[in-house]
Amino acid sequence: MTVAVVGAGPAGTRAAEVLVQAGLRPVVIDEAPDNGGRIYQRPPAGFRRSDGDLYGTEAHKAQALHRRFDQLRGAIDLRASTLVWDVRPQQLLTLRDGRSETIGFEQAILCTGAMDRVIPLPGWTLPGVYTLGGAQVALKTQGCAIGQAVAFLGTGPLLWLVAYQYAKAGARVAAVLDTTDFATKAWRTGGLLRGGRTFLNGLRYVGWLRWRGVRIVEGVVPEAIEGDGEVTGLRYRTRHGTHHIACDAVGIGWGLKPETQLADLAGVSFAFDPVQRGWLPVRNEAGRTDIRGIYLAGDGVRIGGADVAELAGARVAWAVVEDRGLPVDHAAVARLDRALQRQAKFRQALDRAFPYPHRLAAGMADDTILCRCEAITAGAMRAAATAEVNRTKALTRIGMGRCQGRVCGPAAAEVLAAALGCPVEQVGRLRGQPPVKPIPMRTAAAG
Amino acid sequence: MNERRSDVLIVGGGGAGCSAALHLAQRGARVTLLERGLVGSQATGVNYGGVRQQGRHPAELPIARRARALWGRLAALVGSDCEFEVTGHLKLARSEVEEAELVAYLDVAKAHDLPLRMIGRNAIHREYPWLGPVVVAGSLAPDDGAANPRLLAPALARAASILGADILENREVTTLAHDGTGFVVTAGHETFAAPVLLNTAGFWGGKVAAAFGELVPVAPMSPIMLVTEPLPWFIAPNLGVVGGNVYLRQIRRGNVIFGGGRGENDPVTARSRVLPEPALRSMHLAIELVPALADAQVIRSWTGIDGAMPDGIPVIGASTTTPGLLHAFGFSGHGFQLGPAIGAILAELVLDGHTDVPLEPFRIDRFAATIDANKGDNA
Repeated sequence: MTVAVVGAGPAGTRAAEVLVQAGLRPVVIDEAPDNGGRIYQRPPAGFRRSDGDLYGTEAHKAQALHRRFDQLRGAIDLRASTLVWDVRPQQLLTLRDGRSETIGFEQAILCTGAMDRVIPLPGWTLPGVYTLGGAQVALKTQGCAIGQAVAFLGTGPLLWLVAYQYAKAGARVAAVLDTTDFATKAWRTGGLLRGGRTFLNGLRYVGWLRWRGVRIVEGVVPEAIEGDGEVTGLRYRTRHGTHHIACDAVGIGWGLKPETQLADLAGVSFAFDPVQRGWLPVRNEAGRTDIRGIYLAGDGVRIGGADVAELAGARVAWAVVEDRGLPVDHAAVARLDRALQRQAKFRQALDRAFPYPHRLAAGMADDTILCRCEAITAGAMRAAATAEVNRTKALTRIGMGRCQGRVCGPAAAEVLAAALGCPVEQVGRLRGQPPVKPIPMRTAAAG
Repeated sequence: MNERRSDVLIVGGGGAGCSAALHLAQRGARVTLLERGLVGSQATGVNYGGVRQQGRHPAELPIARRARALWGRLAALVGSDCEFEVTGHLKLARSEVEEAELVAYLDVAKAHDLPLRMIGRNAIHREYPWLGPVVVAGSLAPDDGAANPRLLAPALARAASILGADILENREVTTLAHDGTGFVVTAGHETFAAPVLLNTAGFWGGKVAAAFGELVPVAPMSPIMLVTEPLPWFIAPNLGVVGGNVYLRQIRRGNVIFGGGRGENDPVTARSRVLPEPALRSMHLAIELVPALADAQVIRSWTGIDGAMPDGIPVIGASTTTPGLLHAFGFSGHGFQLGPAIGAILAELVLDGHTDVPLEPFRIDRFAATIDANKGDNA
């Protein structure tokens, strides 16, 4: 039986590369029409923006990854536009063109990537509010901005990158509002310089935006996205008082969170990660898990960024090669391990520089819609607070809607923990249920 | 040894156990309920939510009638209606054979004063134009409905604790015994004692019974439930079919909840899981009933663990080996509606020594002969 790679982003591409090199022909599955993942997502055919415009400083990495993937095409079984909606022992349940198909595997490498971590605030459900990732995808794959005057709010490298990309593409950036204090970042600079490039890029984006006259405010406390039926502005607080900026769209995001649903459904153990402040699937340095045949790599396990994902993808593939009893290039593995260790230190510094502002989440006003799928307020959750997040979900419907808590889950856990006065890890994590993402009723068994 | 003593000890915090705690506490009994996880974690909390009398085994109908009355006063009883709504239950026939079964049930219903209205071939599509052509007839029980299963056990438990019952969650029972004068039950390092023990432990009720020498052929079952994204509301009644391979209802928020087929489970860890093939088959059967659902998206599925009996009806009543032990388990996938009444009945059995509902068909020893025969085969 075959090796399956779920996700054709940086991790999945490098995993496939090693597997092919070892003489295997993996099945590579991705929800998107083509490879690249979110970060290096390929534009649709006929799209004419240059790679430099699309990927900025990372263009050479995107090009290298795409080139490698194109070389692999004949040597892999690529299933694009295909959703993996459930996983069973040695089986992936996939959906493509409305049909369900079961793909058998002996080893599956899950490179499921990440999504934005958001903190709900009043007005975040207005049309015109996007995640930072969503705002970026609109630009990358459709060549359009989310509004005429866009404010960006949140924290982390993506906040500055997206704002830079928007401004660079000619969009009007109304403001960049970072909830992290400038002091925090400055204090961590020493740690950041250990890794180098990402931080230097960040500084470059900030400098460039300042030079272009974009309003930049650090250490803000967001109060509300304003508007009636559409976004008209954003209100926030600083130590100097309350401020208002006019805008017609807002991109929000507080770092990324791994898409761990498949690992969860596969039965992989989870552990609480105090630095990234979330429950993450447990895997060893090589990417092996406690479930036979399930391997993990990339941002779908723990947020590390694209560079780490490429390394981890290659590393985990070598683990698969080894477990299949095929010859392993030990020198290559040692190089990967060393590089991953270096990156881990940098990542830790980055996590500390842009911490998830959990108090902001925990302190959201009672009337803020926390779960947007089911329209449940933070107050409703507080009123029904029980010692465990799944029970609170059962009583309030929080996290029961279309997104299954993928969007509101982290913030909901903070609200609950604060209401109970306990550490956030104590309230547990929302259990995954198939399907991973919505599937149409008419999905018929085939193949 | 430090024992916690009460008048009645209840093992299992589902609908039956929590309702028993409430009804006993209402009459002044000192009650302790031990629940392995959280109340309503398994069959009571994760089922379809049907509050249905129609189609039940004739032996269950007197209990179902009583339960229906309790559902009607649930808000007064526990301070929450648990989203109970009288929607009517429309049981559908997809063939002439199934139609004949619906007709035959009219007599059963009549004998138990259950209002039921047969809807024929032409009328059914006139009254419910969204039904698929596979449907040939239906029978409507206007008094039936549905509720939110996640709310029932917590609401009953809350009401019971307000009246003084000790509802102890995260207490997995480790040993059960009768020391000649009363029951002694341990959960971890804690010991509980009472002259009366109620076994309302669902599938695990079989284990509790076995501790007192009563072997029951109860098997774990995990009915699969699915739910769609919200759609404009158009399906008023709770829908079932003859044979029961699919059931479907739409809540006011718009989501369509449907079920059918079985998942897998591990009673040791109490984990259960939906399986893709039966889930896909349920989607197919649901679309056959209501073709307009074809384009809806399924957003979630779930299951839990119930106890299934070979004859599809539960064990209810006194132990045949141990005085003071009463059983109510093995509801075989349709105990949600009954739960509130089971607790009332158990309370009567404990405090009055009798109840007005005939319990003979639910005797625990009704399979004794089979079990002994099987033992012989194995020997």
